[in-house]
Amino acid sequence: MAQNRARPISPHLSIWKWGAHMTTSIFHRATGDGMAVVGAMVLVWWLTAAATGQESYDYFLACAASPVGRFVLIGLTWAFFQHLASGLRHLVLDTGAGYELVTNRFWARSTFVFGVVATAAVWGYLLFVKG
Amino acid sequence: MGTGTGLGRVRGLGSARHGGGHWVLHRMTAVSNLLLMLWLLFSLLRLPTYDYQTIRLWLEQPIVAVPMILLVVSVFWHFRMGLQVLIEDYVHEEGLKFASLVALTFYTFGSGALAVFAIAKIALTGTAH
Repeated sequence: MAQNRARPISPHLSIWKWGAHMTTSIFHRATGDGMAVVGAMVLVWWLTAAATGQESYDYFLACAASPVGRFVLIGLTWAFFQHLASGLRHLVLDTGAGYELVTNRFWARSTFVFGVVATAAVWGYLLFVKG
Repeated sequence: MGTGTGLGRVRGLGSARHGGGHWVLHRMTAVSNLLLMLWLLFSLLRLPTYDYQTIRLWLEQPIVAVPMILLVVSVFWHFRMGLQVLIEDYVHEEGLKFASLVALTFYTFGSGALAVFAIAKIALTGTAH
């Protein structure tokens, strides 16, 4: 591209001290894009298997119940709750609120607590209450 | 690309005040995703089991099939916009960027159509007893 490389550019990641908001931001992107690929594939597989017939669906269920399947599903659940929490945080930040240092750090960290707690609650219920 | 006027140099290089629409739609689908995904989560948690018959009987109801189709549209639309931003942020070579965006669009519409068709098939053909 015809671009003047010598032109001064805005400093990027290298000059900033790492903060909780940066971790939340990159996790928002990673969980969202991860779900877009893995989550969408699992959803499409689940729906098409159910539409195809008993045999296809039972194969899906067996895969979902395998250790790898469980790992993927628990991972997707966590990605969903993490993305949900940081997404809600985004909607609040979009209004111009929540940029004060202490507040911002508190909610950035809270997204991780929510992600883990909500995932544990859902899978605790599925595995130990429902059985 | 022109080399003369400022307008000639930037023409075709992107932003023509379309960015705001993308941004707003990303938020709008975020809210619809929130509602539809919470509906799916709690609906699934309330199902007694996840075997074939249960899922078919559940999915074939219009009250389930319609929000399920809406969920696919909303979620796939939202993730296409998210992945588009990812590509635009990290893929700087114009040809590769264009090819990536084409691949992303094909992936989204292809898998989305498959999902919607599966739901419609279940809803319209009834349970295979």
